[in-house]
Amino acid sequence: MNYAPKISRRSFIVSSAAVGGGLALGLNIPFGASVVRAADGSPELNAWVVIRPDDTVVIRIARSEMGQGSLTGFAQMVAEELECDWAKVTTEYPTPGQNVARKRVWGDFGTGGSRGIRTSHDYVRKGGATARVMLVQAAANEWKVPASECSVAISVITHKPSGRTTSYGKVAEAAAKLEPPKDVALKDPKDWKIIGKPLKRLDTADKLTGKQVFGADLKLPGMLNAAIKDCPVFGGKVQSYDAANASRMPGVKKVVVIDGSAVAVIADTWWHAKTALDAVDIRWDGGANTKVSSASIAEVLKEGLSAKQAFVHNQKGDAKAAIAGAAKRIEAIYAYPFQNHACMEPMNATALYTADRCEVWCPTQNGEAALAATAEASGLPVSKCDVQKVHCGGGFGRRGFTDSVRQAVLIAKQMPGTPVKLLWTREEDMLHGKYHPVMQAKLTGGLDANGNLTGLQIRLSGQSILAAVRPEAMDKGKDPFSFQGFWPAGEHSFEYTIPNVLIDHAMRNTHVPPGFWRGVNINQNAIFLECFMDELAHAAGQDALAFRRKLMAPHPKSLAVLNAVADKGGWGKPAAPGVHRGLAHFRCFGSYVAACAEISVKDGNKVKIHRIVAATDSGYAVNPAQIERQIAGSFVYGLSAVFDQECTVKDGRMEQENFHQYNSMRIAQMPKVESIVMPSGGFWGGVGEPTICVAAPAVLNAFFSATGKRIRSFPLKNHGITMV
Amino acid sequence: MARLTINGKTHSFDVDPDTPLLWAIREQVGLTGTKYGCGIAQCGACTVHIDGAPVRSCVMTVGAAEGKQITTIEGLAVNGVLSKVQKAWLENDVPQCGYCQSGMIMAVTALLKDKPKPTDADIDAAITNICRCGTFQQVREAIHAAAGA
Ligand code: FES
Ligand code: FES
Repeated sequence: MNYAPKISRRSFIVSSAAVGGGLALGLNIPFGASVVRAADGSPELNAWVVIRPDDTVVIRIARSEMGQGSLTGFAQMVAEELECDWAKVTTEYPTPGQNVARKRVWGDFGTGGSRGIRTSHDYVRKGGATARVMLVQAAANEWKVPASECSVAISVITHKPSGRTTSYGKVAEAAAKLEPPKDVALKDPKDWKIIGKPLKRLDTADKLTGKQVFGADLKLPGMLNAAIKDCPVFGGKVQSYDAANASRMPGVKKVVVIDGSAVAVIADTWWHAKTALDAVDIRWDGGANTKVSSASIAEVLKEGLSAKQAFVHNQKGDAKAAIAGAAKRIEAIYAYPFQNHACMEPMNATALYTADRCEVWCPTQNGEAALAATAEASGLPVSKCDVQKVHCGGGFGRRGFTDSVRQAVLIAKQMPGTPVKLLWTREEDMLHGKYHPVMQAKLTGGLDANGNLTGLQIRLSGQSILAAVRPEAMDKGKDPFSFQGFWPAGEHSFEYTIPNVLIDHAMRNTHVPPGFWRGVNINQNAIFLECFMDELAHAAGQDALAFRRKLMAPHPKSLAVLNAVADKGGWGKPAAPGVHRGLAHFRCFGSYVAACAEISVKDGNKVKIHRIVAATDSGYAVNPAQIERQIAGSFVYGLSAVFDQECTVKDGRMEQENFHQYNSMRIAQMPKVESIVMPSGGFWGGVGEPTICVAAPAVLNAFFSATGKRIRSFPLKNHGITMV
Repeated sequence: MARLTINGKTHSFDVDPDTPLLWAIREQVGLTGTKYGCGIAQCGACTVHIDGAPVRSCVMTVGAAEGKQITTIEGLAVNGVLSKVQKAWLENDVPQCGYCQSGMIMAVTALLKDKPKPTDADIDAAITNICRCGTFQQVREAIHAAAGA
């Protein structure tokens, strides 16, 4: 499944029916029927590939680039099969509206769940391969020779017997007129020349000079700017407001109420809009939710830990009996907080509405959902709407949601014919996130007299993301994604073989809107499981690595990443004085990941993370250099979260409004990250998210080794523990 | 009427002198390479140079910046030739989403002017910009590369 944002009934019809019904993606190979031209007149070989007369290859990218590097990865996959000159590759985004008009020729635009590459590698590579065959055929036709006598390398086609050569740019026009061949074979991975190489990103240059236009930077002729405040209590309303002063302030054009819950000011500049908005006197009606607090939510979750009913997702043998009869019984309760994505670029969207057309420019992880939201908010059919994807200043799951798109369209509707850019303040961004869900867990393990783990029970209690965001993707009321890393089998499988297992979830939803937050539910699940494994190993008097290895014996890929980090991390060998190590492993998003952290602790609470060795087996590694960057980057995101980040609820709303209350790691705290990218082949696992979850438990286990203390609720700052 | 000298060029526009320099640069002058991330001097995305020193432009007013030499990210490359730091960033493939990188590059450029061969401790003390994508490992490598260039 794909993490699409919540879609109302109407927009669901829009995206699954009007958009082409192609939910069985990758099965319908998305090719266009007839010759199409790019805007500059260059011929399209198929929807993925345009070749210009100067041999430039334009590769179309359907998924979104938000920093994770997949734009470059996609281009590598197409270029590999196309056999084109990498130095002449450039990329462009088709629009979701073009996708609708062309019967969803580009398939899914959604970019989340570390699925960008692994759910489209097949048809994207076929796009490149098919174009190559057509180009060669066109050259062969021109030379009146069999295509089988022609070979191709780096955008040059050669007819070996005669020594004639031509280039892609010269034959593209003729090639585009040919019937696309069916079922072109893809290369054997062992023959890859571009996939698997640590190539530089294609999208760096403009990010160094200020030239890169992010959503927040967009400028359109005659554009106005808007700032917005939504009721800080989730689900609340605007009770009344007085805009008399604000309306008289410089540059102000209009003060409007959006969806009954938000007040927005439209002005010539954003700074004018923002200052005027601050001058609007707004009374909020928070409704019943004003009584909710972090403490009241924690109570509800706590009750769930011992509730009779829960959704069972992994059951084997009789865990309760095994634990009851065990020689030693270990129990621990963990708790994980709400967290905001805090993308570096605050939420924004720009909309231009007229009576018969609505266009939106926005940084989005899900162009099609943004299009559906545009249609719904504008009241126009999808065919009269379009979305231009603008570069994202981070996404991490937040930009799969379309709340700011909806707001921008509703604001622009009040200014027909004038484009309006809506930009949230950081404060608005913090108060209206789609939060990492809260979760508590009770873990119970039984050890026999020899220290073997005979039974394990994990009771989760907390919020389901799917219940709020994609209820149609649930399994008879159960949210399988709450169990990431605990599945009996599949891409989030549980990799310890224990005779008796019971893992269930008492779903306790709150009024706080949850969302997919880089890694989703692996952040807490990996801490729960991997810290508890350490607790069990300690209780059994065994080495943490040896204890895991035993239980992991039937899972060679997991064992391989664990062994790799243990080896390189120096597990079992003496560490530098004062330095302690911790291990963690997890399986998620189809990949196998592990980490070994080295830390030292001063005064019992100042943690210096010196080094983290991390291994990942994602099956194939399209670009190892970018994977290394994803690993190190995910650690920054994950360690910031476990040390410093919590959104607390008071009177129904979030208390943290900016980075001074929601700290994010700085370079001084950055450990040395040593990545082991070890693709074993034969499957496609995710890259952007999996590793995020192993940094925290590895560090926490090292913290125990250093101090003898187990910390089981987060963030660590609540225990006076800081990262130095 | 405010007068600001940015990247060697003088711009005059009508704005309240209390307007944050960041927003004047972005909205009055139209240079959007300088980013808004927090508005309260926490993240560094808005870093520019005022008379060569790094300043978080979201908390400096237009009034305070008048008469000073302001340099933004757009002013680093000269005639299309990237600065030493920009080149190191390109070679080390530093940016992920890129949103924080203008501020990061401005902060690093100022550091290297001050300390041409910074130690890791110098870097830790001077570079306090937030990067949510987590590019710090590449940032550090690129700083040392630029210092060695
Ligand atoms: S926007 Fe100025 S420091 Fe964040
Ligand atoms: S590169 Fe994305 S925030 Fe730094």
